[in-house]
Amino acid sequence: MSDPSDRPIEHLLRELAPQVLSPVVRRFRDFAAAEDAVQEALIAATAQWPREGVPANPRAWLIQVASRRMADHIRSEVARRHREQVAAEETERLALPVDAFTETGEDDALVLLFMCCHPALTPASAIALTLRAVGGLTTAEIANAFLVPEATMAQRITRAKQSIKESGIPFQLPTAEDRAQRLRAVLHVLYLIFNEGYASSAGPHLRRADLSDEAIRLTRIVYHRQSDNEVAGLLALMLLTDARRAARTGPDGELIPLAQQNRTLWDRQQIAEGIALLSAVLPKGSVGPYQLQAAIAAVHDEAARAEDTDWSQILALYDLLKRMSDNPMILLNHAIAAAMVHGPRKGLELLGALDSDPRLAERHRLEAVRAHLLEMAGEHEAAITHYRSAASRAPSIPERNYLMLQAARLSESTDHKAPD
Amino acid sequence: MKFILMMTAKKADWDEYTKWSKGDLERNVAFMRAFSKELKDSGVFVATEGLAWPGEAKMVHAGKNGEPITDGVFPESKEFLAGYWIIDVESPEQAYKIAARVSAAPGPGGKSGSLPVEVRPVLGSHADLGL
Repeated sequence: MSDPSDRPIEHLLRELAPQVLSPVVRRFRDFAAAEDAVQEALIAATAQWPREGVPANPRAWLIQVASRRMADHIRSEVARRHREQVAAEETERLALPVDAFTETGEDDALVLLFMCCHPALTPASAIALTLRAVGGLTTAEIANAFLVPEATMAQRITRAKQSIKESGIPFQLPTAEDRAQRLRAVLHVLYLIFNEGYASSAGPHLRRADLSDEAIRLTRIVYHRQSDNEVAGLLALMLLTDARRAARTGPDGELIPLAQQNRTLWDRQQIAEGIALLSAVLPKGSVGPYQLQAAIAAVHDEAARAEDTDWSQILALYDLLKRMSDNPMILLNHAIAAAMVHGPRKGLELLGALDSDPRLAERHRLEAVRAHLLEMAGEHEAAITHYRSAASRAPSIPERNYLMLQAARLSESTDHKAPD
Repeated sequence: MKFILMMTAKKADWDEYTKWSKGDLERNVAFMRAFSKELKDSGVFVATEGLAWPGEAKMVHAGKNGEPITDGVFPESKEFLAGYWIIDVESPEQAYKIAARVSAAPGPGGKSGSLPVEVRPVLGSHADLGL
């Protein structure tokens, strides 16, 4: 991953993307075509600006190029439809000078986010469209990040735009009554983008870590335009989690669990920012799940050594979180916290309830936690069995390797002790 | 989540295949082409390849000095990989549905087939045990 400051043009383009797209959509009233036109304008800028220099007014330049593309598009559409009336109207629209639609709306990026993260879209479509329309990433970059062919990603984006068209989602901020629910949908998509980048920053696909940066950037945009405690909570959660990125994997991409991470590698500046955000919103009340998760991340980040972790506080936070959502992943983490406070037996007892929970799709995590707690309880044989069972169900290579190594380590140390 | 759909057939099925009528073959090829296009159009396609006849395959193992020792004899009962698709979908159920569609590709006499298709998750690069 390269430092964004090494890529000033790319950085600028990503920032300008929503500010260019919004006025073009407003003018031409065709989101799907406008989004394509802006993508082409961004690609043209990527090719031209490094050679010819950044224009004095880059935003106006992009709007101009995108509008020209739109004009071409409309002319061919009109020719196709042979509709004289439409032609007259559209020609009129094309004749308007660029500065007639360069007024900038404060909420441009926000309107686009609400649209791209509409609950009518599948998560995969919403993620792809958000990254392109609001994030200004190219289809190729998004395809790379998700390890699918560019044509597949292009098709996903086209289909997402079709869904938007079909469901008649208007290009405006949601009404006051819908706002809270729609904001949750936006935050969820941003959370998924972050996770995709964070969880994949190990292994052979280092470039995917870019997705975490992008999620943080987009969440900041929402944070600056929307006063909502959960937005601050999500931004804090991302910063406090991402702060550990450099420490969570070894030189060969192997997974290093929290307890064994070299904490001097944690990004102190990001931790400080996350904690400041959180401290500003927590006293306001109406604490939501993102704030609670951020608070848990903060407790971990504040411990100088793993053994200094304030597990009672973490357990209390998970107790609150559990009351808000019965998500099995929360129950799993709650069991770990309970084990750290009350001993592994207590944790194992809580895990029992999850065995028959059909919603826990990631069975390997349950097995991994059980193995870990059994090891804490000194039941090494059973721990080895569960580490192996977890490894056989792991959905990724780093996780499988990690779990197999745990089983091997324990198995060798147990064999070693056997003769005594 | 990514899945690989592996279509397999026994030696007898391969031998049978060489005897299909022109119409049967055309229907099957048209179906496979439409199937791949469908995967692409719905934004789930990652990769696909068809494999050469099992008769073209060699079993290779390393000899004492690491030299390749090849063997071309295959047991009658073995299932041979005929081809695969890798797809990126939202759920295992969606993968099973797609696998069932291709399993039912038209066979001799234009009748829907029922070839076994093994569906298996492709390991990702995620590393997040939450520990």
